[in-house]
Amino acid sequence: MSRLTVDVAIIGGGLIGAWSAYFLARRDKRVVIIEKGVVGAQSSGTNFGNLRLQGRFPGQYPLSLRSQALWEQLEDLIGDRCEFEQTGHLYLSFDQKEREKIEAYAAVSETYGLTIDHLEPSDLRRRWPWLSERVVAATFSARDATANPRLVTPAVARAAKGLGVTVIEHCRVTEIGSGGGAFTVKTDTGTEIDCGQVINAAGAWALAIAEQFGETAPLFPAGPPQFVTEPYPYFIEPSIQAVDGSVIFRQIPRGNIILAGYPRTAADPVANRAPVPAAKTLSAMQSLAKVVPALANCHVIRVWSGIEGYLPDMVPVIGPSRTTPGLFHAFGFCGHGFQIGPGVGLCLSEMIVDGETATPLEPFSIARFENPVETDEKFRREFDSEPAPDRSAS
Amino acid sequence: MADIVIIGDGPAGMNAAAVVHAHGHRPILITESRQAGGQGYRRPSPGLELDMPSLMGSEAGKYLALHARFEAIRSAIDYRQNTLVWNIENRTLHLLRDGVASTQSFDALILATGAMDRIAPVPGWTLPGVFTLGGAQVALKDQGCFIGRRVAFVGSSPLLALAAQQYRKLGADVVVIADTTPLLDKVAALPSLANSPRTLLRGLAYLGGAWRAGVPVLNGVTALAIEGDDHVIAITLKDSGNRDRRFACDAVALGYGLKPETQLAELAGATLVYDETFRLWLPRTDAYGRAGPGLYLAGDGAAIGGADAAEASGALAAHAALADLGFAEPGATMLGLRRRVGRLRAFQQGLARAFAWPVAQIGALADSVTLCRCENVSVGDVRRAMDQELGPVEINRVKAMTRCGMGRCQGRVCGPSLQEIVAGHAGIAGAAAGRLRVQAPVKPIALAAADAIS
Ligand SMILES: Cc1cc2nc3c(=O)[nH]c(=O)nc-3n(C[C@H](O)[C@H](O)[C@H](O)COP(=O)(O)OP(=O)(O)OC[C@H]3O[C@@H](n4cnc5c(N)ncnc54)[C@H](O)[C@@H]3O)c2cc1C
Ligand SMILES: Cc1cc2nc3c(=O)[nH]c(=O)nc-3n(C[C@H](O)[C@H](O)[C@H](O)COP(=O)(O)OP(=O)(O)OC[C@H]3O[C@@H](n4cnc5c(N)ncnc54)[C@H](O)[C@@H]3O)c2cc1C
Repeated sequence: MSRLTVDVAIIGGGLIGAWSAYFLARRDKRVVIIEKGVVGAQSSGTNFGNLRLQGRFPGQYPLSLRSQALWEQLEDLIGDRCEFEQTGHLYLSFDQKEREKIEAYAAVSETYGLTIDHLEPSDLRRRWPWLSERVVAATFSARDATANPRLVTPAVARAAKGLGVTVIEHCRVTEIGSGGGAFTVKTDTGTEIDCGQVINAAGAWALAIAEQFGETAPLFPAGPPQFVTEPYPYFIEPSIQAVDGSVIFRQIPRGNIILAGYPRTAADPVANRAPVPAAKTLSAMQSLAKVVPALANCHVIRVWSGIEGYLPDMVPVIGPSRTTPGLFHAFGFCGHGFQIGPGVGLCLSEMIVDGETATPLEPFSIARFENPVETDEKFRREFDSEPAPDRSAS
Repeated sequence: MADIVIIGDGPAGMNAAAVVHAHGHRPILITESRQAGGQGYRRPSPGLELDMPSLMGSEAGKYLALHARFEAIRSAIDYRQNTLVWNIENRTLHLLRDGVASTQSFDALILATGAMDRIAPVPGWTLPGVFTLGGAQVALKDQGCFIGRRVAFVGSSPLLALAAQQYRKLGADVVVIADTTPLLDKVAALPSLANSPRTLLRGLAYLGGAWRAGVPVLNGVTALAIEGDDHVIAITLKDSGNRDRRFACDAVALGYGLKPETQLAELAGATLVYDETFRLWLPRTDAYGRAGPGLYLAGDGAAIGGADAAEASGALAAHAALADLGFAEPGATMLGLRRRVGRLRAFQQGLARAFAWPVAQIGALADSVTLCRCENVSVGDVRRAMDQELGPVEINRVKAMTRCGMGRCQGRVCGPSLQEIVAGHAGIAGAAAGRLRVQAPVKPIALAAADAIS
């Protein structure tokens, strides 16, 4: 059994844990990341890789834009680009109602200073002649980007390690003792960590940690069905999303087209499984061929999904615990945590080092679950059925 | 009436269908091929005037008998050719035929999906003119053509000599049969081969034929490499006396035995277990082929055994399925088949030692050698990724970092070699390197396939 004393213990070596560690280490904190598997192998390593700014929850723009600025400096920060490509994001609408929706999204984006191109079918035919003629209008944001999720989290964790962070893999946090303003983190390998602060960045498994401190949230483990095609000549630069959620896709310069479909599928965090129902694969294939008819003969080579924590209002929990000083939560990223990951890590480091952050995070307080919360329309629409909160996660 | 579905119309699937039919049932036999026979008992494309009995040599009788038996039941069963099973979930098969998707449920499922060639990379293995050993046979038996006029048969497999003989018979020049397993190891494996003397003698006869024809037959070769700029021009190697040898040729048939096609079994819920002799992950079955409730595995897709074992295990799995469904009493036939399959597969365990997967040679490959040809990942790319800080040591993580095994074939070709490179570089056991997880589709499917749905 080994024992370690640090300033901050981070539970979970996903993107959130890795970036938190990185920024804390830059502020001279002694930090340990404890990861039950290996760094960046869960949601953070299996996601679609979209760094989308359009269409976000309005209260998240300050955080989201701060995060994008960090993504734009990725190479300077960690010494690796991780296939970061700023090729924009295109929202498609197929009828009048959808058109109103993307216009409303655009109005919000513009309030926060984003430049949005409002595109008519004639513009689309000029810029992306291979798009379906059924698109009635689209909005394009050039600042949106993508990166390779398989590479990013390990690269950030490596950079954090270079700054002195200790990374412990294959080690599961089982119990956290607290008292007198300090914590003792216990693990299944016997390693114990004494520390002053704890970040709960345990992804879809985070409830098991929060509940030890008398806090809860209706967290639901699920993931979008995804697939990848064989490589095709590179012609799709932006990532493209139908506003009804039926397809989000992008092409990587290697040529493969990556797609995230819907509705999302319940995942099993205990068995560590995220099955992709065949029917969803087929309907996503159909949707993609409708949006880009030229892909009809392109072959799908693999499906997958991931285990992501969702909350009924489709916004994450980020911020201090309500019951326990020194404990911070960051989980339930509802399928959009990749984009805000660096920003969340930076804000958490500021909260811990400076006691506050300039970025408004009130909408993300865990306190909101002390009262009944409203279920977001997107949550209803984009899941198979009204998901029940999962309490079996361990 | 219960649906008994068989996937695959090689000897295992054909025979399973015959047994189910003989018990008064109408099996559904699904196959992606257009011609019955599978790999070992492949039929030439229609219109090809190939003398199959002569090509099949000592196996001609069995070949003709099986096809005759199948022809007799063909119209009485629900036979769906040209149909790919691309996924299995919750006891539903997902099918694709002529670009149209559909589903099929089942009460009992017999998977007889066969095997594919196992390849170990050598320098130059991605050059035009290099074929898998099985591919060289398919070219001959399916299309009636050679992979080249002057062919080197290389690797480690009993089929090297067989294929070389078939090529010679039809007039090709065999420049060398070069096997990486040392002769001493082959001799050491002899006792375990003695329980099937007929097969053993047949193998020796092929070799004898090559000797008599003056073809160099080398065992225990090392440092294999294929030469050429845009096409094969020669192979080079060190013989068992450590002498450098070079054989000019215009084609190479390369093979290290077979690798079961286990993707569908895994999707259907079979458990895969690492086999130390074959150094492959194989589905776990009982002695009758049961791999789970209502799930049966037969033929080379369950365990490498060759055409005879495929036939017998196909019949065995069908008997087990019929018995489990209450349609037949398990009887003496089943016990006899069980013993026969056990004996034939034990023989293959011996063969796997006499024709060994070249673990040490793969571990010693230079960094520059291509490992994954779909994604153009080299051996060095994998080793460097593993050497990084927080570098991966598990095969799926190595894949995630390097793209090795992430291409069109989904690691079906490079998987076993990647396993050795990872285990060797990390200094861990083969099994400890993990197993490339399968996901649908088991073969690539076009987007348009979904159009006919809903
Ligand atoms: C299929 C899919 C597609 C997505 N697409 C996008 C996208 O395009 N854009 C976007 O912005 N977001 C996307 N997301 C969401 C994004 O991936 C996540 O929000 C983000 O990765 C969350 O990071 P995390 O660090 O909180 O979680 P994770 O990556 O899940 O990390 C949590 C870690 O904690 C570890 N852990 C849990 N419990 C313990 C314990 N007790 N002890 C030790 N370790 C523990 C886990 O093993 C895990 O590694 C997608 C998600 C999925 C599943
Ligand atoms: C390339 C090659 C060449 C060979 N040549 C010889 C030889 O010359 N002589 C010899 O004795 N042995 C040969 N073998 C060994 C061969 O494996 C056995 O002899 C025998 O064919 C095994 O029989 P089987 O019924 O188990 O499988 P196979 O004969 O391989 O039949 C497998 C069947 O499954 C079907 N199938 C597989 N996956 C799917 C799917 N997803 N959907 C639908 N259908 C599917 C295939 O279409 C095929 O009909 C060869 C093997 C290979 C791989």
